[in-house]
Amino acid sequence: MSDPTPDPSPRIQPPVTEGAEGFWEATRARRYVLQWCLDCEAPVSYPRVVCPGCLGARLEYRPASGRGTVYAVTVEHRPQNPAMRSLAPYAVALVDLEEGVRVLSNVVDCAPDDVTVGLAVAVTWEPLDDGRNLPLFRPAP
Amino acid sequence: MSGQGDRSLRGAAAIVGVADAASPTGVLDLWGRALEAEMVRQALDDAGLTLADVDGVCHTTSSMAFAEYLGIHPSYTDSTMTGGSSFEVHAEHAAAAIAAGLCEVVVCVYAATPRGDRNRPTAANFRGGAGADQMMAWEAPYGMRMPMGPYALAASRHMATYGTTSEQLAQIAVSTRQWAAMNPSARYRDPLTIDDVLASPLETSPLHKLDCCLVTDGAGAFVMTSADRARDLAQPPVYLLGASTCHDHLMISQMPDLTVTPGARSGPAAFRMAGVKPDDVDVLEAYDSFTITALLHLEDLGFCEKGEGGPFVMDGKLGPGGALPTNTNGGGLSYTHPGMYGMFLIVEAVRQLRGTCGERQVPGAEVAVAHGSGMVLSCMATLVLGTEATR
Repeated sequence: MSDPTPDPSPRIQPPVTEGAEGFWEATRARRYVLQWCLDCEAPVSYPRVVCPGCLGARLEYRPASGRGTVYAVTVEHRPQNPAMRSLAPYAVALVDLEEGVRVLSNVVDCAPDDVTVGLAVAVTWEPLDDGRNLPLFRPAP
Repeated sequence: MSGQGDRSLRGAAAIVGVADAASPTGVLDLWGRALEAEMVRQALDDAGLTLADVDGVCHTTSSMAFAEYLGIHPSYTDSTMTGGSSFEVHAEHAAAAIAAGLCEVVVCVYAATPRGDRNRPTAANFRGGAGADQMMAWEAPYGMRMPMGPYALAASRHMATYGTTSEQLAQIAVSTRQWAAMNPSARYRDPLTIDDVLASPLETSPLHKLDCCLVTDGAGAFVMTSADRARDLAQPPVYLLGASTCHDHLMISQMPDLTVTPGARSGPAAFRMAGVKPDDVDVLEAYDSFTITALLHLEDLGFCEKGEGGPFVMDGKLGPGGALPTNTNGGGLSYTHPGMYGMFLIVEAVRQLRGTCGERQVPGAEVAVAHGSGMVLSCMATLVLGTEATR
């Protein structure tokens, strides 16, 4: 019998900022998407209402590979968020995605000290409290 | 990019009064407006000026509320908030305002008492921040400790790219502590070794606890006026020879290259305005929020090549008697760090150029740099300061 009330996420729940609705909607189906500027033909991250390259508003979401490499990493031993202390130590990393943008995330499913600069990673998902999912990364298979 | 070759600010204004407050206990009795007012009073006394002379104000939260509270009716006001570099930006703007005739005497003040406020439930701690919603959406869910996390990421990238080691970062803390030993107001004055730093808890890898700045109470102020007026005042003038600011991100995930700060633009621009080179600098006050922060400044300001900061510091050249005396008051690592340390860079640079630093005085100091760093390596503001001899 499945539990109808899963444990609440220990994480700060991300607000849906203006322009990012499409990103979060896709996470409900565990699809990783990136915003692109149709004028620059370049990805925009974090999502915005105008392109930071040309200030154009012709932006659309496209499926993304969800694959990248670790650009920098730190292991948190003493999280500020008390709810996350049970998860520590864990790896916080900047990940350079194949499409050419960089995002902050966690690299999970491995020992945090095994997360090194240059490690190939792929997206994985963790439920948020409202049906959205938070993109995390794990070592690429 | 405009104005970086413009020398019109060079020597146009001078810092004529300074004050700061800190305690070996890490706690001050005064706080809030009372502490601000005390700093303003002391800095004006130092300059031989009074509140009635002040016609410009700078404050990181609200210059309007501050001026109304003290009864100042300024013709120049600046609430610029760029984190720890705010005061270097204030100085740059104030010099421009004075040169342009907008005002004649500008006061810039800062006070924060995070340690004392722990036992003062009514005090509202200042919390710098902007773009909070984007931060909450794209960074906060991942549990990165602030502000250490972004600096740890920068250290991670620098180590991976250039082979920089924890021992090299630790040497910066060791040299800085040697200066603090000669500052009676410093929070920590006991000798420190590289092994001590490496044995301190690994809080946010690769940074250890002793790679991180302090949390203390602290306050400071400076007064700036025209070069013409400066000559008739109580102290030998310390002239602003060059100044420049640059920021290129707010959140760390938006920083273009974690091994190159915007100081790589502000530093050379300030040196150009001043007409000096890194070799001409007698004293460097460079914001050391973390050991990696100081290392990046050394590279970006041109004291060594990019990537060479680690080997550069290992002979102890940042410490007393070294070739590049750096953070001579003991810095944010050992003297004081109330949250936005940039004020203390300026105060110490002025005192070094006046020759009043006592035991820790750098002999013959004629050119000093105060290099502020705000938010998470986000905004850099460089001041080149000089004496009558180097104006």
